[in-house]
Amino acid sequence: MIRLATRSLLSAIPVLLIVSLISFGLMRLIPGDPAAAIAGISATPAQIAQLRQDLGLDEPLLFQLLQYYKGLFQGDFGRSLLLGKGVLAATAERLPVTIGLSLYAMIFTLIIGIGCGIIAALRQNSWVDQAAMMFAMIGISVPNFFLGLLMIILFAVKLGWLPSGGYIPFTENPWGWLQSTAMPAFSLALLQAGLLARITRSSMLEVLRQDYIRTARAKGLPGRVVIFKHALSNALIPIVTVVGIIVSLLLSGAVVTESLFSLPGMGLLLTQAVLNRDYPMVQGGLLLVTGFLVAVNIAVDMLYAVLDPRVRYD
Amino acid sequence: MIEAEDIPERREHRATLRRLLRHRLFVSGLFLFGIVAVVAALAPFITDVDPNRLSMRNKFLAPGGNWVFGTDGFGRSLWSRVVWGAQLSMIIGASVVALNAIFGTLIGAAAGYFRRLDTMLMRVNDALMAFPAILLAIAVTSVLGPSTLNVILALSIVYIPRTARIVRSSVIVLREMEYVQAAVAAGAGHWRILRHHILPNAMAPMIVQLSFLFAYAVLSEATLSFLGVGAVPPTPTWGNIMSEGRDFMREAPWIITIPGIALMVTVMGLNLLGDGLRDVLDPRLRIQQ
Repeated sequence: MIRLATRSLLSAIPVLLIVSLISFGLMRLIPGDPAAAIAGISATPAQIAQLRQDLGLDEPLLFQLLQYYKGLFQGDFGRSLLLGKGVLAATAERLPVTIGLSLYAMIFTLIIGIGCGIIAALRQNSWVDQAAMMFAMIGISVPNFFLGLLMIILFAVKLGWLPSGGYIPFTENPWGWLQSTAMPAFSLALLQAGLLARITRSSMLEVLRQDYIRTARAKGLPGRVVIFKHALSNALIPIVTVVGIIVSLLLSGAVVTESLFSLPGMGLLLTQAVLNRDYPMVQGGLLLVTGFLVAVNIAVDMLYAVLDPRVRYD
Repeated sequence: MIEAEDIPERREHRATLRRLLRHRLFVSGLFLFGIVAVVAALAPFITDVDPNRLSMRNKFLAPGGNWVFGTDGFGRSLWSRVVWGAQLSMIIGASVVALNAIFGTLIGAAAGYFRRLDTMLMRVNDALMAFPAILLAIAVTSVLGPSTLNVILALSIVYIPRTARIVRSSVIVLREMEYVQAAVAAGAGHWRILRHHILPNAMAPMIVQLSFLFAYAVLSEATLSFLGVGAVPPTPTWGNIMSEGRDFMREAPWIITIPGIALMVTVMGLNLLGDGLRDVLDPRLRIQQ
């Protein structure tokens, strides 16, 4: 177990190194003069020169790179031009909103995805199966922002049941948070739920064909025990591996969902940073979000090893 | 001699095609995607109004009558805009697929076949795949500047590593096959082995991947333009049309729903097509049992 943990952590190092290099390179790849592009069309040459100096863009590239890594090791991920504060501070403020939204969406994803998958597998080839798989197909085909817009039109504009935007922090009002985040979370969840339903179904069908399930049935165990205790616990193991992918998809999707519902999370922060040419924020934020994702994936690997002893001996 | 080699192969292709055409998912996917592709190809012939022509007299007309899909807040024909949007989606999707087919194969084959390149290429690959896809695409388009070409480039940068990984894993398995070892023993060069013995057999998973990739590309392009970092307005992309429709959800919901449905039909068609291709070409990955 410890060996596996060390191996996962070590293999993350080159990935993070290259990720940080790519983030570093982004701002420098802006065609023409990056400082002029960031400052905007209305900036005077003096302002551009000042900005170039502030961002260290007037130094030799190698020196810039060394400064960049020195900063990273000291927890300095740059300063947002738009917000006038450190990237790390801005991320610490906004990331919890995104994590909250993603967790909420994850709950929808698991309930809908695993539920549909199990029902479909148990009634293989019946109309229930086909309906569940059709639903999953719609889930993976509806763009989450389109679903979000449809939900706004229906539930906020026409019926007036839910607020169409505005964010209530969980710490202030948990019930308000549940309400104000319900539509974003659901619209964000459907894609992953569709994927998960398909994977759960095939994993469940695989397990249901195994000999030990036949044995359990033959010795007269009630159907419910066979399915939930014997089949599901094994069918869920491969599903854990896709949790990492689902988290990545949720974070990706959150970018759009947050912009659509004006939730003050990391996605909205980075979209606004991009639209306002706040490249230090884009660079630092991208690195932090990706680092977070790498950490989640390591955690998922560990969880998988805990659940499936075979992995540990590979 | 050449004919003797060719005929069984051709027979096999015909059999695969027959199986595909009998596959319900594939056929329904082909149908949905086909409609969109045909509409996109015929765009200049089936629209008569310039998609960007403003006509303030005619703004917010509901679908029906002279305006099949109605008009938007500037009185532009939504039919024209959605049809030209379809063409742009197809062009972007096809370009991303083409770039992936070329570079994904090259990188994947190089990494899978030449062990010395493997570690280096796959590390870069892993790093690119570690970024959340849309975020990386947004960052790249923002750096390069918003334009159709840059959207294609950004989406290719995001998706080529994923394609390369799939090609690589097929190549690694095939490289160890006896018939490949035999070709090595017979003195065939690397290029010949890759070109004639390995890549043709690595195609099935890649074709499946490319059909799903087409769907992702269309979806991501719409997402980028919806967020305002894709093709510059007033370019009629589905994402742009929907983004402009956001302000008029109450009075003109069709500005959002029509391009949204078009987008959904395209993506669903491609997903069904991909499912069908996977079932027939690559049964190991089969999900629908």
